[in-house]
Amino acid sequence: MYAFDIERPATLAEAVAALSNEDAQALGGGQTLIPTLKQRLASPEKLISLTGVAEMKGISSSGGVLTIGGGVTHGEVASDGSYKALSDLASNIGDPAVRNRGTIGGSVANNDPSACYPAAALASGATIVTNAREIAADDFFVGMFETALDEGEIVTAVKFPIPEKANYQKFVQPASRFALVGVFVAKTADGVRVAVTGASNEGVHRWSAAEEALSKDFSAKALDGLSVSADDLIADLHGSAEYRAHLVAVMTKRAVEAAA
Amino acid sequence: MTKVTMTINGKAVSGEVEGRTLLSSFLREDLHLTGTHIGCDTSQCGACVVHVDGKAVKSCTMFAAEANGATVATIEGQANEDGSLNVIQAAFQEHHGLQCGFCTPGMVMSAAALLKDNPKPSVSEVREYLEGNICRCTGYHNIVKAIMAASGQDVSAIAAE
Ligand SMILES: Cc1cc2nc3c(=O)[nH]c(=O)nc-3n(C[C@H](O)[C@H](O)[C@H](O)COP(=O)(O)OP(=O)(O)OC[C@H]3O[C@@H](n4cnc5c(N)ncnc54)[C@H](O)[C@@H]3O)c2cc1C
Ligand code: FES
Ligand code: FES
Repeated sequence: MYAFDIERPATLAEAVAALSNEDAQALGGGQTLIPTLKQRLASPEKLISLTGVAEMKGISSSGGVLTIGGGVTHGEVASDGSYKALSDLASNIGDPAVRNRGTIGGSVANNDPSACYPAAALASGATIVTNAREIAADDFFVGMFETALDEGEIVTAVKFPIPEKANYQKFVQPASRFALVGVFVAKTADGVRVAVTGASNEGVHRWSAAEEALSKDFSAKALDGLSVSADDLIADLHGSAEYRAHLVAVMTKRAVEAAA
Repeated sequence: MTKVTMTINGKAVSGEVEGRTLLSSFLREDLHLTGTHIGCDTSQCGACVVHVDGKAVKSCTMFAAEANGATVATIEGQANEDGSLNVIQAAFQEHHGLQCGFCTPGMVMSAAALLKDNPKPSVSEVREYLEGNICRCTGYHNIVKAIMAASGQDVSAIAAE
């Protein structure tokens, strides 16, 4: 790692001020950033740790909306249980030690094309709350490792409307344990949303044909005959684009069958 | 350099660290607590697992500065007060849960974290919990068996495959 200093502000205002320095970068749980720094793929002069910021902690629920602080760990979401499909997703991220450090704010800000939370946020129609504004998940995830966040902007919370039924199915990439393909299905009074992670070079995205079919008839059978194109899907040593395209349909069916 | 203070295995310690100093480096290089092993340094293997404020973490993937003020437990503090092996360590010995022993500190620390939350886990819960702990020697069966035994459950039916 190149050398840098670490600051640990106790309030959001101090963190925002510290991040206004263009050579400063936010540090969440470090479960992505520390490996990146070790490979010298980033060279911030200052890391602003968000782990001491009180306003970013805690999970609360009101009016059918679950609000999770940006500094909440995967492990805390896993044991919360008020949005079961989301807690199940969190309990399958990495391993227990990763879950004890990694945060939801870091995960959505990073927008890894194979990460789990972006699929939950997009399918649930979540709102990403920052120190400056609220951004709908549909507008937040822009592309692979790209989000609508401005320089120095901090994800302070993610708000999830709790659906009637939801489920996440992850086909695990056996080496990294990230999603080779993951599909999150959420059914609400307004219809069904289907978000796919792991599959596309564009990052997390919705599968509109499946959403239409499932909004009319929420059953695995409604998906018969539907398939996604392999164009623009990720191809690597773990699976070809065609293999991933096939998995998207299979995982979607499984998620519908398991949705509760 | 900044000063950090923490309680490690019940003792207050302090030291000077750089921003980039990993908790694992602070433990091993500054405090000479070399029981915490570095297997991969890429967050994969779990040989470096310690407890920070009661939670299992990979010490190679946490900065020492982030542990300022925390309570840390490492393998060096696991034995009973009289120096004898604790229940988990003794079960690893009894059930041949180690061969070269390189992964063992992390395995024992992960097992301790599991049994604190879930004192009577099932075999599959033990296997799932060890997701982030890699062993190149044992094939895992005897590690799982040792942890089941440490939890006080009958292991006679668990085959040493
Ligand atoms: C072995 C292993 C297995 C993993 N498996 C999975 C998996 O199965 N599924 C999965 O989804 N992920 C997985 N991960 C990644 C893990 O979920 C990370 O915790 C997560 O991607 C990043 O969160 P973090 O809090 O650790 O962020 P950091 O690593 O600290 O930061 C990541 C990026 O986000 C920025 N950032 C951090 N917090 C904020 C914030 N609040 N606001 C704005 N920007 C911020 C940082 O500046 C950095 O650019 C795995 C990681 C490891 C090491
Ligand atoms: S040395 Fe930390 S996970 Fe391998
Ligand atoms: S006993 Fe050798 S790595 Fe596990």
